[in-house]
Amino acid sequence: MSEMHPSLDLDESAPAIQVRDLHKSYGDNEVLTGIDFHVDKGQVVCVIGPSGSGKSTLLRCVNRLEEPTSGQILVEGIDITDPDTELDQVRTRIGMVFQQFNLFPHMTVLRNLTIAQQRAKGRGRKEAEQIARENLLKVGLADKEAAYPAHLSGGQQQRVAIARALSMNPDMMLFDEPTSALDPELVGDVLDVMKKLAHEGMTMMVVTHEMGFAREVGDKLVFMDGGVIVEEGDPVEVLTNPQHKRTQTFLSKVL
Amino acid sequence: MTRSARTRLMTLSLYAVFLALVVIFVLLANWEAIKDNFFLTEGFTGNWQDMVFTGAKNTILYTIISFIGGFVLAVILVLMKLAPIAPFRWLATAYIELFRGLPALVVILFMGFGVPIAFGWRPPGGTVGAGLVALMLVAGAYMAETLRAGIEAVPKGQTEAARSLGMNAPWTMASIVMPQALRIVIPPLTNELVILLKDTSLLFVIGLAASQKELTTLARDFMSSGPSAGTATSLTFAALLYLAITLPLTRLVAWMESKQKRSR
Ligand SMILES: Nc1ncnc2c1ncn2[C@@H]1O[C@H](COP(=O)(O)OP(=O)(O)OP(=O)(O)O)[C@@H](O)[C@H]1O
Ligand SMILES: [Mg+2]
Repeated sequence: MSEMHPSLDLDESAPAIQVRDLHKSYGDNEVLTGIDFHVDKGQVVCVIGPSGSGKSTLLRCVNRLEEPTSGQILVEGIDITDPDTELDQVRTRIGMVFQQFNLFPHMTVLRNLTIAQQRAKGRGRKEAEQIARENLLKVGLADKEAAYPAHLSGGQQQRVAIARALSMNPDMMLFDEPTSALDPELVGDVLDVMKKLAHEGMTMMVVTHEMGFAREVGDKLVFMDGGVIVEEGDPVEVLTNPQHKRTQTFLSKVL
Repeated sequence: MTRSARTRLMTLSLYAVFLALVVIFVLLANWEAIKDNFFLTEGFTGNWQDMVFTGAKNTILYTIISFIGGFVLAVILVLMKLAPIAPFRWLATAYIELFRGLPALVVILFMGFGVPIAFGWRPPGGTVGAGLVALMLVAGAYMAETLRAGIEAVPKGQTEAARSLGMNAPWTMASIVMPQALRIVIPPLTNELVILLKDTSLLFVIGLAASQKELTTLARDFMSSGPSAGTATSLTFAALLYLAITLPLTRLVAWMESKQKRSR
């Protein structure tokens, strides 16, 4: 495989994601007020919490779509808050799936999957297309490579978005409410793909309202409220026997 | 009277007023004078080839040249406006404000007469070159604003998706944002093409050589020389030629805009 960059100094024993005392403010509004947590390799960590609690902000700090105000974020042992870190290179190792899919509307499905492979990983077109096709097959959309995103259903678009992220061969995947914009009957297909990924051992951090998914495939459940992690632990444990009042209140509303 | 009857009466009287106006105009107009002044076809036959193959040809050529030049300038200005270094942004903003604030005619006169005298520098191509540079400078300022609006209309999620895949900022701009922005700005840019086409008539003021004359300059010549001298016939012909180009373009813009609206 022809990589454009020299390989990073990966710390094999380090957790996939390690967040230390993370703070994030927008002006006077402190959205994250000291977050400490980690995701181990191969773990599926689900993040739940009320709207505005900072879930998206936390996720977006992990690949530095948002600039943390203070604190440290280590991705496979590499400090991504260090200004000398080659961010673009780290980002190729972190797949991200958005609530609104964010496919490139002016490109075919296949091109959506190859453009970043070629531009950011320096892969040739042939290799990129082969990898793209493998991933389309994986999400069950092998027959859609020539389609444009506008001609796909929401569920198909989100699966293409997942395949696009996977085509970079990331070490971990971040999902920000991947099924929230979907019609209920299309949620299942996307969740199935995510479950398959989890079973293959992909490291995943998933912001979601799908408690069933968290219970079934999550290794850890994190409950956030007001910019802090209120409670975390085994998903079944947290969901059936929440320790904190705020967790109980939240769960009584959504379950 | 019922409501529908009242509406019908109202419509009928509006038609009547319209008809009356047309009749009055037809009766009062001096058709002989109008024909002699605007449509003197006898004798004009000798001029029409010059009008089309020199005048209209040059007008189209000048429009294309200044549009392309203006577009390149606009791309540079927009990239400067998006630059991380503040002085670049200031410079681009100052440029855009300056050239959008000045009449195009003043810029043309500056380039045609002021600059060669003050700086001892003549733009390539002589007089017409100076005029074209002026049109480019003005068009670039307007197109830069159009382009900026187009870039801002591309959802932020597009940039975020590209960056999260590890694409760097220049690649993201070149292969994700710009292509979408360009699609958005095709209708307004076509409008600017129409405006530019009409603005080439301003080159009239800088004295073009015979083979360089554009449509308006040539039409003005034929108002005082040649077989249709003393009438505005050549101007009428020029006007028809302008419309033959601008009307299809404006219809095209309307069509593209309605298509874009539907696809959204
Ligand atoms: N770019 C921004 N500028 C200013 N404030 C922001 C910005 N992005 C987020 N916020 C604020 O940060 C807080 C947390 O937002 P965030 O999107 O992380 O919440 P969330 O937990 O993901 O909520 P939801 O469930 O609605 O997606 C909110 O109060 C929001 O208004
Ligand atoms: Mg969110």
